[in-house]
Amino acid sequence: MIPLDVKKLREDFPILKRLVRGKPLAYLDNAATTQKPRVVIQSLVDFYEKHNANVHRGVHTLSEESTNMAEATRTKLAAFVGASKPETLIFTRNATESINLVAHAWARKFLKAGDIVLSTEMEHHSNIVPWQLLAAERGIVLKFVPVEPDGTLDLEKVKRLLSEGPKLFTFTALSNAIGTVNPVLELIKLGKAANATIHVDACQWAPHRPMDLKTWGADFVSFSAHKMLGPTGIGVLWGREELLEAMDPFLGGGDMISRVTLQKSTWNALPYKFEAGTPNFADQVAFGPALDYLSSVGLDAINAHEHALAEKTRAILEAEGMKVLGPADSAKRSGVVSFNVPGLHPHDVGTAFDLEGVAVRVGHHCCQPLMNKLQCGGTARASFYLYNDESDVEAFARALKRTLEFFKVKPTAPKGAEVPPPKSGGGGPKAGVL
Amino acid sequence: MEGDAELQDLYREVLLDYFRSTTRKGKCDPADLRAHGINPVCGDELEITAELKDGKVSKLRYAGHGCVISQASAAMMAEALEGADIPKAKALVAAFKTLMLENGALSALPPELEQLASLEGVRKFPLRVKCATLGWNTVMQGFEAAKS
Repeated sequence: MIPLDVKKLREDFPILKRLVRGKPLAYLDNAATTQKPRVVIQSLVDFYEKHNANVHRGVHTLSEESTNMAEATRTKLAAFVGASKPETLIFTRNATESINLVAHAWARKFLKAGDIVLSTEMEHHSNIVPWQLLAAERGIVLKFVPVEPDGTLDLEKVKRLLSEGPKLFTFTALSNAIGTVNPVLELIKLGKAANATIHVDACQWAPHRPMDLKTWGADFVSFSAHKMLGPTGIGVLWGREELLEAMDPFLGGGDMISRVTLQKSTWNALPYKFEAGTPNFADQVAFGPALDYLSSVGLDAINAHEHALAEKTRAILEAEGMKVLGPADSAKRSGVVSFNVPGLHPHDVGTAFDLEGVAVRVGHHCCQPLMNKLQCGGTARASFYLYNDESDVEAFARALKRTLEFFKVKPTAPKGAEVPPPKSGGGGPKAGVL
Repeated sequence: MEGDAELQDLYREVLLDYFRSTTRKGKCDPADLRAHGINPVCGDELEITAELKDGKVSKLRYAGHGCVISQASAAMMAEALEGADIPKAKALVAAFKTLMLENGALSALPPELEQLASLEGVRKFPLRVKCATLGWNTVMQGFEAAKS
């Protein structure tokens, strides 16, 4: 594998040139959203300047161009994720909508009261709340595979829960909050052996690791364009064709019908059955060059690059005595490093890092149940991507050092032992937690 | 160190002192006022309890985890509101919110809120303003509930 020419790649991302609070931007919030290369930004401009027209409607030239360009992305995406048919890829607003589509159009039709939906404790809220809504509405029973203290799933516990016969097993391929890489293929195999329908949340996988939906063998997979260099407003749901055919529509309206009378309607073919109304075709078009960009760099090289940077960052944190969440085993970790500074709230860490130009995400990362399980209200999280380099790790190290010095954090000392004597104004401070 | 000026401007020494202070941390039990506040940005939770006697806030406590800004702000609020009659306490809450949300002048702060001027730097960080106002919004909910 050829190492990435990051210096050259960085030239393609205009935003990386900007300053934040007077410092060069070190963008380490890629698990939340990624920056866009010039080709993606330019394709939006070109589309609006030269081709804009509603899709699937007119017979005029612009409409035909716009339809073809939007559909070209679907074909490209099918190749990118190894889907055998482009029409099994549904474009939604975001991955949250993709999961809600499965809950509304599949689960509401095929699950009944008492049926089990099995998920895990490491899910994003978007893979918990839709099922809770369904449980309240339909009497579905929700169960969760517990997360081990090291942030992994115990396959024996997975098997035990699968033996209870869940109708759906829905899990994340890779934890957005703590960076655990789940054994996706094995989990799918176990779920299939238990006759469960499988949904995989691949939001943190698709941008970083190759996937081949044909060999995965899942039933539904969701992910999002904006986390893989693409524009916002484009989510993806891939579904096995027979399931998509058997499902009823999600939203009703234009584009998703075949024939409408005042009494009833029949549905359009896949994928349009699930794409009601004017779709977000301009962003769909701009997702195409993002996929081309990722393909030309290569996901294996991207994954190796960001993993190495993340592991360096983890080593820096551990050397300072900080608590890094997730597995100790490097092979089970991704480009996400989630950590806590003893005695300091993640928000204060995030603000101190921001003053150094370092963008990290702080808080519960939309994973409150996981945070509760790991007994922390939240964490600070650095997440890497192809355009990050050593200078970002160095900026991170500087920001960390400065934070520890400013807040007088002494991680190796007993809690509170190194707190300086209080000064005036505190109304008689006693114990310190800094 | 270069750049520390910005950190010092935001996290002034007096804020850090209040953050470390445990003087008014905890709960009143029994309490005449009890309110629970959540900052949806971070999920931090704060519980405010108070004893109300003869139309006055005789004791006010805050409990829960939070960042330096939300905890220090709650500590200063507890100090400022204790001893005030309820209309005065509500007026102080309103005055603080004007400072934070409407960029009110420091000179317009009532003397009881003198220490709160230390949160001035937070106004440059719009996302953190919610941390500073969490306790204040929570106590207002408590006043409303206590009234009804």
